[in-house]
Amino acid sequence: MTAPDGTPDTAPDTAPDTAVPDASWDRLDRRAAVLAAALYTAAPVVGGALLTAYWVAVGTSLGTALAWTVPPSVLAVAVGAGCGEWMWRVTRYHVDDERLHVHTGVVFRKRLALRRERIRSVDLSADPVLRVLGVATVRVGTGEHAGTEGTVTLWPVRRAAADALRATLLAHAARTGTDGTRTDGSLARFDPRWIRYAPLSFVPPVLGAAAAGGAIQVAEWFGLQEDLFAAVGSWFGLAPAVLVALALLGALLVVGGVAALALWVETWWNHTLDREADGTLRVRRGLLTTRSISLEESRLRGVELVEPLGVRLAGAARVDAVATGLTTGEKDKTESRTLLPAAPKDLADQVAAAVLREAAAPPTSAPLAGHPVAARGRRLRWALTSVLAPEAVLVVLGLLLTPVLLHVAWVSALVLVPVAVVLALDAYRALGHALTPTALVARAGTVRRATVALQRRGIVGWTVRQSVFQRRAGLLTVLATTAAGTGAYAVRDVGQAEGLALADDAVPGLLRPFLVGDDAPTGVPGAEATDLRGTDH
Amino acid sequence: MAGVTAPTSDDSARTALTLRPPRHAVDRRAVGWWTWQVVLWFAAGVVPLAVLGLLVPPARTWLLLPAAALAVVGAVAAVALPRLWFRHHRWEVTDEAVYTRTGWFFQEWRVAPLSRIQTVDTVRGPLEQRFGLATLTVTTASARGAVKATGLDAATAAALAADLTLATQATPEDAT
Repeated sequence: MTAPDGTPDTAPDTAPDTAVPDASWDRLDRRAAVLAAALYTAAPVVGGALLTAYWVAVGTSLGTALAWTVPPSVLAVAVGAGCGEWMWRVTRYHVDDERLHVHTGVVFRKRLALRRERIRSVDLSADPVLRVLGVATVRVGTGEHAGTEGTVTLWPVRRAAADALRATLLAHAARTGTDGTRTDGSLARFDPRWIRYAPLSFVPPVLGAAAAGGAIQVAEWFGLQEDLFAAVGSWFGLAPAVLVALALLGALLVVGGVAALALWVETWWNHTLDREADGTLRVRRGLLTTRSISLEESRLRGVELVEPLGVRLAGAARVDAVATGLTTGEKDKTESRTLLPAAPKDLADQVAAAVLREAAAPPTSAPLAGHPVAARGRRLRWALTSVLAPEAVLVVLGLLLTPVLLHVAWVSALVLVPVAVVLALDAYRALGHALTPTALVARAGTVRRATVALQRRGIVGWTVRQSVFQRRAGLLTVLATTAAGTGAYAVRDVGQAEGLALADDAVPGLLRPFLVGDDAPTGVPGAEATDLRGTDH
Repeated sequence: MAGVTAPTSDDSARTALTLRPPRHAVDRRAVGWWTWQVVLWFAAGVVPLAVLGLLVPPARTWLLLPAAALAVVGAVAAVALPRLWFRHHRWEVTDEAVYTRTGWFFQEWRVAPLSRIQTVDTVRGPLEQRFGLATLTVTTASARGAVKATGLDAATAAALAADLTLATQATPEDAT
């Protein structure tokens, strides 16, 4: 492999550290480390102990049960506290002019030196335990690659020290105030009314199903599973089976809906989106577990306005960042790049514009050019095929086996065909693209409609795709490749000449030498570009 | 809206705007290489079926029949596909960009500007080595933006990699 990197880049971003800690190095919070580790261990241990005690007490006596469970629990919690203490003993960190040095590791000793100018993210989080203790977890990432290689976690750090560390490490991102357009301050403030969008997703059914599964599981622990099934089964005697089933389903949806509301409150309460003086966008949110997620503006390549079907019907959208090297090692990746939860569409457009510093003309609400009618035909064909193929299987089986399947087939076709057609027409209406002075805007999707505004400077290449069917219909798909987000954003099923002209306009000069046709733009820079390898084959 | 230009399509009867084929065809030997690839792919299915068919007399018909069918399909593919690919796989490197075209059913053109190139690799698999070929892979900061030129003459690929490395060093820029 050759690395054609012109800049002198001899030192790796993360390297084994040779610096020797001394008294000036910072340490974690000892009291919090011990207490938090003890509490974390205590929660599952006490739960397990209670369950075990229940079973032992059923068989013997309460005394035996306590004798069996209390000493191991105390021992386990003590070991947990010991781990916390050990964590405190082995961890030291220090920020010097060039690097963040971290020595840590309970089992594997880890010595890291992260170059400060390569540090891309400093995220703080604090669950209720840590908040009570006045500390936070600090996760520092270089954002170079996905995975945990470039990240280091400091746990727990005193709240004030954590904030100071964040400010220090991200200070290099501060823009020199030459562009004058800098507006520090609030871009979005949480509005409790947004909670009405929380249940409008796939979350309630999923959580409802999870609640049912959880109830069955807990019943099994206590040996009551059969009683539970018997109880539910007995309800079917009270009313027609269909009604009972619908009622059960409704109850699960209600439970799931309540859970979705609770989840939303926990995740998004007190959400704020600010532009900090150090050139970062900072999202702060959370009711019990508070999080602070920082995104350097220099890593931002665009925004994506996402409208899942339910949320869209309610006139809302959420805003995701399209940025390079987003938080690694973070489990909830979607949420960590969400700048604004589902909020009224106008507001989402404004926030997206403010994030991109284009408040005058929000790119995501720019008027879009629609795509050729041929694209509608393709969507209708896909939709009908995806409905009629399974129906055909049903019909064949029905003819071979039982006429019941034939009835299932025509009834389901009666419902599904209109749904498929509506979705296909909606998907066609969603298609669109535009070019603003700074961004390429593309919209697509029906179940998850997404409008991406990708900064034109962030486009690092083009991929143009055309299947045989698209060739016949005069369509093609243009993908702008970028270092950010998913790596490429598509303008789907755009007219051939239109799509190529769009790509040519978006990044002047890149595609032009390769375009031909009577409409090909003239004044081609490098049309006769010299071939690096002149040998013709 | 101010400053927004929505491109308009040109519906004249002239030749539509299109991407021209890249200048260079892949090396002629790539046909042989691709043929072997197809043959090996199908052999992985045909050989186990045939061997089992010969070893298990009761199931012989039901094993040898698919094996024969697969072999016929494989033979057709081994003759037709490499020639089709040879016509459609093309590449070009200018002093501005790397440009490739691949595929027939799903045709795909890829362009990466030299200023955004991050790494230049040449890879030679065991089969490619036998045919004196190499694959040139040019990556940008995009996870989905790599441009691959397969079936190049090994010496050409190596020289290209060297040239590209030099050319990209001449444009020091944050490649993201």
